[in-house]
Amino acid sequence: MLGKGFAVSAVVALLVSTAPAFAASSGGELKPFSLSTDGPFGRFDAAQVQRGYKVYREVCSACHSMNLLSFRNLGQPDGPFFDAKYKNPNDNAFVKAIAKDYNINDIDTETGDVVQRPGTPADRFPNPYPNEYAARAGNGGALPPDLSVITKAREGGPAYIYSLLTGYHDVPRGLEVPAGKYYNPYMPGDLSSFWSGDKDKVPAGGFIAMAPPLVADKVSFDDGTKSTLEQQASDVVAFLDWAAEPKAGERKRTGFAVLIYLALFAGLLYASYRRVWKGVKH
Amino acid sequence: MADTVGEITPAGEDPSRRDFIHVATMAAAVGAVGSVVWPLVNQMNPSGDMLAMASLEFDLSKVADGSEVTIKWRGKPVFVRKRTPAEIAQAKADDNADLKDPAKDADRHKPGKAEWLILIGSCTHLGCVPTFGGGDWGGWFCPCHGSHYDTAGRIRKGPAPTNLALPEYAFLSDTKVKIG
Amino acid sequence: MSGHSTYEPKTGFTRWLDSRLPIIRLGYDSFVDYPTPKNLNYWYTFGGILSLCLMTQIITGIILAMHYVPHVDHAFNSVEHIMRDVNHGWLIRYVHANGASMFLFAVYMHMFRGLYYGSYKAPREVLWILGCVIYLLMMATAFMGYVLPWGQMSFHGAVVITNLLGAFPVVGESITTWLWGGFAVDNPTLNRFFSLHFLMPFMIAGVVILHVWALHVTGQNNPSGIDPKSKEDTVPFTPYATVKDGFAMVLFLILFSVFVFFQPNALGHADNYIPANPLVTPAHIVPEWYFLPFYAILRAVPDKLGGALLMFGAIGVLFVLPWLDTSKVKSLRYRPTARVFFFLFVLTCLILGWCGGELPDKMVFQVGATAAGDPIGLNFVWLSRIASAYYFAYFLIVMPVLGLVETPDAVPDSITASILDHSAEKKGLAHAG
Repeated sequence: MLGKGFAVSAVVALLVSTAPAFAASSGGELKPFSLSTDGPFGRFDAAQVQRGYKVYREVCSACHSMNLLSFRNLGQPDGPFFDAKYKNPNDNAFVKAIAKDYNINDIDTETGDVVQRPGTPADRFPNPYPNEYAARAGNGGALPPDLSVITKAREGGPAYIYSLLTGYHDVPRGLEVPAGKYYNPYMPGDLSSFWSGDKDKVPAGGFIAMAPPLVADKVSFDDGTKSTLEQQASDVVAFLDWAAEPKAGERKRTGFAVLIYLALFAGLLYASYRRVWKGVKH
Repeated sequence: MADTVGEITPAGEDPSRRDFIHVATMAAAVGAVGSVVWPLVNQMNPSGDMLAMASLEFDLSKVADGSEVTIKWRGKPVFVRKRTPAEIAQAKADDNADLKDPAKDADRHKPGKAEWLILIGSCTHLGCVPTFGGGDWGGWFCPCHGSHYDTAGRIRKGPAPTNLALPEYAFLSDTKVKIG
Repeated sequence: MSGHSTYEPKTGFTRWLDSRLPIIRLGYDSFVDYPTPKNLNYWYTFGGILSLCLMTQIITGIILAMHYVPHVDHAFNSVEHIMRDVNHGWLIRYVHANGASMFLFAVYMHMFRGLYYGSYKAPREVLWILGCVIYLLMMATAFMGYVLPWGQMSFHGAVVITNLLGAFPVVGESITTWLWGGFAVDNPTLNRFFSLHFLMPFMIAGVVILHVWALHVTGQNNPSGIDPKSKEDTVPFTPYATVKDGFAMVLFLILFSVFVFFQPNALGHADNYIPANPLVTPAHIVPEWYFLPFYAILRAVPDKLGGALLMFGAIGVLFVLPWLDTSKVKSLRYRPTARVFFFLFVLTCLILGWCGGELPDKMVFQVGATAAGDPIGLNFVWLSRIASAYYFAYFLIVMPVLGLVETPDAVPDSITASILDHSAEKKGLAHAG
């Protein structure tokens, strides 16, 4: 009948129904990739995220904005430069130093002119382009996406970004790549109209306007980590994944406390329930 | 709750254990509700970006002798007043007058910077913004309910209970001050 | 149902209040002394769970409205502001977003339970119809809520659904223009959707009160489908139903928490973390999971108006359900043949949900290919046609016909008798429900 087995299968059905959300995009099968923060027991690797920030700053930020991030975020709990000494991230000396290195546009309240001043922790990461049109003009018509929530905004998340960054390779013979574009097997797209080979063997992937951004030793890491392409890519993905949800650590910690409490509460309620219903046939 | 349960509990049951379980369950329910309430309340406290905008740098060279510039800090007006020697003398002279909220003029400004008076520009009565130069003591006058402040921002007459508050601030140089 | 009230005010104040506003009496009669059939199983706990869901959504929703900005330039960023800067904002937003899914999940369980045990049959037709009204309002609320974060899915979902109304002849176009407040989904649309999304939960709460009122007039149905005949058949609502509902609620909250804290985005779409861009549509546009079955019915019809009508018909048919079922027996427990059709119906709903999430031309399975290279087999659009056909056939053919031709099992005399039968039937099995 409508028993417990069915209840369980209903829950399973709900969980399975989430599967489309994970379905692969039309690009190639993603490379296996994992982060230290993965899973409910994942741990935050500040050193890796610090390296990732360096990659973002020295490479990505030339074209990509991160509009939702402020320097102070770097120093908040679970942030890469969090220091228990500074409870208020705005006081964090390291974050202040990072912010100071940037010139931020501001309005002179006396003259109304646009002036530049050194950044403060409250400032947002500056946008490399003054507006969308300038960004497109500087990138052959393509708009470099904002990276603030990029790992949440792409099917496959961190693994997709990692695969894309490390996945550039030689153009397959028979594929005509338009000027200013690059072939990437992980980029979603449909290449059939650019393919002159066997109709059934259209290569996976698509064209991307971003030139291969990372090469070995492009960024030198202060902690002595060897700067391979894969290292840079996984570090910057770790940084982007942190940036997409800086409160994820707090979320998981709270989650454990909540689940433990609810489990105990459920146990107590069940005992109560058994006592109340004792002797009543139902 | 225990009463209603009691009637149908079969005889021979240890009542203290039964009560303990129900009491523990109720306590757990209260605890659950309590811990849910905190996030719901805490969300109204200032958010991260609000806290971040808590400090402000200001260039004092914009303020002429005997005038005042009002700037916005944490959503409130801050008065930056450059006092004339006459105003300073007047304020010092009143140090021992009959004050509602006694304070020395020397404690109202940074040492050696007597000309600079930096105050939070909201009346300590109910938060209106006092007007510059008004009132019987030439400091400020609050139009809402008639509080008079002197040239050290001390309350002299009217319903306000305390002197105009001092923000946290520091001189970065002779012409630059950091508020907050 | 409950006859006269057994509430006796004990203190001076409660006596004084009782003769002026008998609100404690109302609460006592409805939630303490209220006689509840004693054979209610866990499927009957979803009612309580649903009121918990509604409360959660209203409270978290009001809080989100304190921080959210309903403007095309700020909506997306204000949601991220909630996630990043507001104290516990991430928690409140994830509870609200996943809460919608949990709410709809619970309502589906509640509806399937009603279908299985014949809770829509006389004298509970009005109770059932009020439930359908709530469901309809919930769908409208969920849809408008999904638009508010102003991501790519929000925007293009709103475009697709509002364009549906354009399918209606003559008035369609003016209705969509009126709904948009412009010539496309834009700032006026977002602003009014926010206002309506705020209003509708209170309308739901109002209909819920009517729903509970109707429930207390007719009394609860129960797994046997036999109305209580004596005091033997019932137990007081408190503590019996309260503790059982409470236990089920906590189990439900555990499932809820797993999503909120560990898989908060599993039920959403990555594209909704891209700010809305009216110039580019996401490659694969699908609604939230709880609308997928209806989306599949919509796409099963190649005609725009036909698809829209069939989709609305799929919900509309629920309203007349009490008069489509001709069986004298309420509970499917005593209708073995009807039971088979019912489980087939549940399966159909799941299949429709599956179809709604896949591209129509994708193959479910393939047996070969034509000379031109086209695949031979079953694609999703045909699967959803078959499933849609059964969806309607279940209500319009199976229900009226089966009630007349089937031979139900013997129905026990009373709830108490049914319990004895039922426990004999599942002898040896752990007895928890």
